[in-house]
Amino acid sequence: MSDGKPVGIVLVSHSAEVAASVAELAKGLAGGAEAVPVAAAGGREGGGLGTSAELISAAAASADRGGGVAVLTDLGSAVLTVKALLAEGDELPEGTRLVDAPFLEGAVAAVVTAATGAGLDAVEAAATEAYGYRKV
Amino acid sequence: MLDADFFRRWMTVAAASVDREADRLTALDAAIGDADHGSNLQRGFRAVTAALEKEATDTPGAVLTLAGRQLISTVGGAAGPLYGTLLRRSGKALGDAAEVGTPQLAEALRAGVDGVMALGGAAPGDKTMLDALIPAVDALADGFAAARAAAEAGAVATVPLQARKGRASYLGERSIGHQDPGATSSALLIAALEEAASGAEGSR
Repeated sequence: MSDGKPVGIVLVSHSAEVAASVAELAKGLAGGAEAVPVAAAGGREGGGLGTSAELISAAAASADRGGGVAVLTDLGSAVLTVKALLAEGDELPEGTRLVDAPFLEGAVAAVVTAATGAGLDAVEAAATEAYGYRKV
Repeated sequence: MLDADFFRRWMTVAAASVDREADRLTALDAAIGDADHGSNLQRGFRAVTAALEKEATDTPGAVLTLAGRQLISTVGGAAGPLYGTLLRRSGKALGDAAEVGTPQLAEALRAGVDGVMALGGAAPGDKTMLDALIPAVDALADGFAAARAAAEAGAVATVPLQARKGRASYLGERSIGHQDPGATSSALLIAALEEAASGAEGSR
């Protein structure tokens, strides 16, 4: 458990619409999850498909309530940009972690778990476990 | 010895090369990627030259660290964190030295390449920028011209390779027969070293 501080969730996609919609979907499926800060960082600054380090840093700062920040990404440059920012050490809030998870299913699992008051380790585990959710 | 002026010139020449070759890089990327490598790098290196004009950089390390940070912030594709990590790690490896020799530059670039490998998880032969960078760093002891030749040969040698990293890897065998855009831009970056040393800034 966290010490009462919610885990923040950051969703990084190549598309602004995908990031925002997945955030909305995850919060909706979590029954609102008002207490969980969920921030979307989609596309490039000023529009267009891609990844923006500035948008990621801003989203992480806005989702940070002191309980750690779980970052979920889609593909390629989204993953690499978050890793590069984490390697820098001072561009993302303390306790920010890149979570290895499927983007949509992982986001839902992360937000639902964070809404229970769980800490970052539990949120990360739930998001990663979403890889095992078989549909057929 | 190479001072901060040399490193600023290197970045300026690299930016000019990327400007000149942007269409070619994008065309190579259109064949096996998402057709944005040239325009992405153009945006990134323009931001690098703008930042170097605006912010004072007293050491070679500071120039590369600033350039790397700009690339991570502005490129918008995988090349951003990859080239950004290359330059930033190299810059950090150079530390506060006011001037560095070619052996120190080679050592620093080696650290940068290690950072790229750790970040992207690619190995030599995966049809990536590493296939130009690693031979270039190996050849740097023999001078900038040798490094340039090695990088260009490395880029051409990616043609028969099958991509194992990035979007091109989804193409499987269909990625064979195309020159890798990242290895091609890496060869431009290394070629810019030679041009910066000759002082022929942006005149090619």
